[in-house]
Amino acid sequence: MKLYLKIWRQKDASSPGKIVDYTLDGVEGDMSFLEMLDILNEELVSKGEEPVEFDHDCREGICGTCSLQINGEPHGPDRLVTTCQLHMRKFNDGDTIVIEPFRAKAFPVIKDLIVDRSAFERIQQAGGYISVNTSGNTVDANCIPINKHAADEAMDAATCIGCGACVAACKNASAMLFTSAKVSQFALLPQGRVEAVERVQNMVRQMDLEGFGNCTNTGACEVECPKGISLTNIARMNREYLSASIKG
Amino acid sequence: MGILDSKIPAGPLADKWTKHKNDINLVNPANKRNIDIIVVGTGLAGGAAAATLAELGYNVKTFCYQDSPRRAHSIAAQGGINAAKNYQGDGDSNYRLFYDTIKGGDYRSREANVYRLAEVSGNIIDQCVAQGVPFAREYGGMLDNRSFGGVLVSRTFYAKGQTGQQLLLGAYAAMNRQINRGKIQSYTRHEMMDLVLVDGKARGIIARDLVSGEIERHSAHAVVLATGGYGNVFFLSTNAMGSNVMAAWRAHRKGAFFANPCFTQIHPTCIPVSGDHQSKLTLMSESLRNDGRIWVPKKMEDAVAIREGKLKPTQIAEEDRDYYLERRYPAFGNLVPRDVASRAAKERCDAGFGVNKTGEAVYLDFASAIKRYGKEKALTSGIKNPDEATIIKLGEEVIEAKYGNLFQMYEKIVDQNPYKTPMMIYPAVHYTMGGLWVDYNLQTTIPGCYCAGEANFSDHGANRLGASALMQGLADGYFVLPYTIGDYLSSDIRTGKIPTDSKEFEEAEKQVRDRMEKLMSGTGIHSVDYYHKKLGKIMWNKCGMARNAQGLEEAVKEIADLRKDFWENVKVTGTMDSKNQELEKAGRVADFLELGELFAKDALHRNESCGGHFREEYQTEEGEALRDDKNFKYVAAWEYAGEPKDAKLHKEDLVYENIELKTRSYK
Repeated sequence: MKLYLKIWRQKDASSPGKIVDYTLDGVEGDMSFLEMLDILNEELVSKGEEPVEFDHDCREGICGTCSLQINGEPHGPDRLVTTCQLHMRKFNDGDTIVIEPFRAKAFPVIKDLIVDRSAFERIQQAGGYISVNTSGNTVDANCIPINKHAADEAMDAATCIGCGACVAACKNASAMLFTSAKVSQFALLPQGRVEAVERVQNMVRQMDLEGFGNCTNTGACEVECPKGISLTNIARMNREYLSASIKG
Repeated sequence: MGILDSKIPAGPLADKWTKHKNDINLVNPANKRNIDIIVVGTGLAGGAAAATLAELGYNVKTFCYQDSPRRAHSIAAQGGINAAKNYQGDGDSNYRLFYDTIKGGDYRSREANVYRLAEVSGNIIDQCVAQGVPFAREYGGMLDNRSFGGVLVSRTFYAKGQTGQQLLLGAYAAMNRQINRGKIQSYTRHEMMDLVLVDGKARGIIARDLVSGEIERHSAHAVVLATGGYGNVFFLSTNAMGSNVMAAWRAHRKGAFFANPCFTQIHPTCIPVSGDHQSKLTLMSESLRNDGRIWVPKKMEDAVAIREGKLKPTQIAEEDRDYYLERRYPAFGNLVPRDVASRAAKERCDAGFGVNKTGEAVYLDFASAIKRYGKEKALTSGIKNPDEATIIKLGEEVIEAKYGNLFQMYEKIVDQNPYKTPMMIYPAVHYTMGGLWVDYNLQTTIPGCYCAGEANFSDHGANRLGASALMQGLADGYFVLPYTIGDYLSSDIRTGKIPTDSKEFEEAEKQVRDRMEKLMSGTGIHSVDYYHKKLGKIMWNKCGMARNAQGLEEAVKEIADLRKDFWENVKVTGTMDSKNQELEKAGRVADFLELGELFAKDALHRNESCGGHFREEYQTEEGEALRDDKNFKYVAAWEYAGEPKDAKLHKEDLVYENIELKTRSYK
């Protein structure tokens, strides 16, 4: 199929960017979206032009490196997939596709389609862990029985790949879904309860410091999340935060 | 003993590690504050090591090319992590895990290392649970297990099909705790360009900030390389796009021996290649072989009809299917080790029974598991005399709970519903058992340069068992390296900060700059990927699942020629002093072009078949691997001497005191 691409090009963080038009022929349905961009880049390199830079790594939907706002949607039109798992069979011959970086104040553009998501790391560093030494001198794993439903729910929250689609989807560029997934994983497990009060307060404080917006419950994040992280996590985080404020 | 001293402690196998820990030198807490350690790579091995070293009090700097340590490719490990907990009461023990690993590795790994691995395996699970890793559980709240290839017990712990992700997030959480305390400085989007040696010791690295393009000098008292495997030398593999051998290869060029480069794992259950545009391959976890049955049609005409799209797999009667693994290996069936399963798939496809349009695919079928689980679920749900549709519905729910994310991934890529029609799979490059040679302390042949996880060669011999990579990465990082590195650093307590303005750092930086300039100066028309794909084709065709002397000799020459062409002609766009993904790729491919040749040379010299290394000249009448313990019971460690073809071989004889060498049989 033949595609008309409108791609955001930006030299570096301090330069202004703009949309550049490209026409690409010979795209097949079995290609992933990133393989389509590989082909475009191969063409650009052969013409001596600089290829379009984009973040990607595992290309199997788990590392959370790939991003891209495709026709206005993070990770494109398909549901429950990252851009690397989006296949060109979701598009038609002659389509125009607009490709932009994830947009948020807290995610500044580094180059072309690459953004800086280190704000997410700082939120995790503020408290996204259980303060246990890695010495191995812990109790036997089965000394802490955990209700299967709680374990499964914690796992569902822990599935978050930290890609930033929730922020890019949100009109407020809120990071509530991401932060709440991290808070929830620990809040649901007995090991995590010990530090629950400090954790939620520290992580929310850092989230606000990074310049993310607030949550107004539109639910766009949940729709666009490639891992299906539920809005319930935000409710849980609000509950944790409220009870922490009273206790703390 | 020669030049390679494995430093295996004396004494009975089961006491070696405890005795060693008691004997080695320690660094007191006040002195640890004055010692710097660089950890390159932040997957399970690097992340765990960094967190633990920082927790002990050392000053740690971590480096990763990804934008976050948590995106290292350990994250993609699906199936699980082994540990000899014996929670299932099925007779598991440290010894059994040790024995299975040695046997699975086709008797080409070190007894002492593997026993230590088994010994600390249980601790890993305790540790991870304490950190909040949400492992799968049974209804009683206890941890659940499943079974993996090459073993007869259930010792694999898992978190859905995302075990690597959860373990890495656990290690990253431990890192975050130390980053928050200021004990780890995390350098992301940074690539190690070279290792710096001062007075023969590893004292730092030259790194490139991939965003600004700036070249930086970082010093330390010791350097840990935990940079993963080199599967991407094949271009197509299940590795991440950025996975590369640069750090290990740079160390090799500075004096670290490279061991068993030809020992590569070709994983049997990956999604088949769909066309020339393919950029990477996707694994379908080995755990699927717990419930999936592998087959091809018995009749050639059926296979042909399927390839032509005239017949569907579901239309083929039970008696016309060849469940070839169950037929050939009744004892282990679909759960034979990976090398055996891969070769068996290749054998059937080469014989003309492949089931996709390229003829390179076999079926992985869940129909009978869905029925089995459906019946069981109907009974436990109190449904008497359930009809077929109910059974299938219930069975699919069980399968979804176990492997849901894998099935979804398959459907997204292939556009077929694996609940209704069997998956198609084919072997693909997945893991490299070879790597930098290390002694029992995980130190390379360069003093002060350590190597952990997949990047080293130590524990898996010629074939790795499923769910053992995660175990090794975390064992090295949490429980081995933090002890053994102290022994080396205990002599460094008076050294003080290592300056970065020495001539050694200056020279190393200059070499890095010169090399990059040379890469940028190519005058040809072909991109980096063009060369990478060409290299991959040579590797896959001549150094892949089956190798022979003639093909390997050709490969050695073809790779050398390709390398020459690359250095003269490769076209790299952009500039050195800015973000430049083409330049990043070029540096990595340049090193693959050297490693690939050494790989072929190693495969050519090893005149035997063992594990993942299958030489067509050395096989039994039944087509099984024919090992030669008399002549090849050793680790081949290669010393850099200019061109890969000149690399000098050193042998570390493998001594088996606790296990009798046998022909591996899974029949």
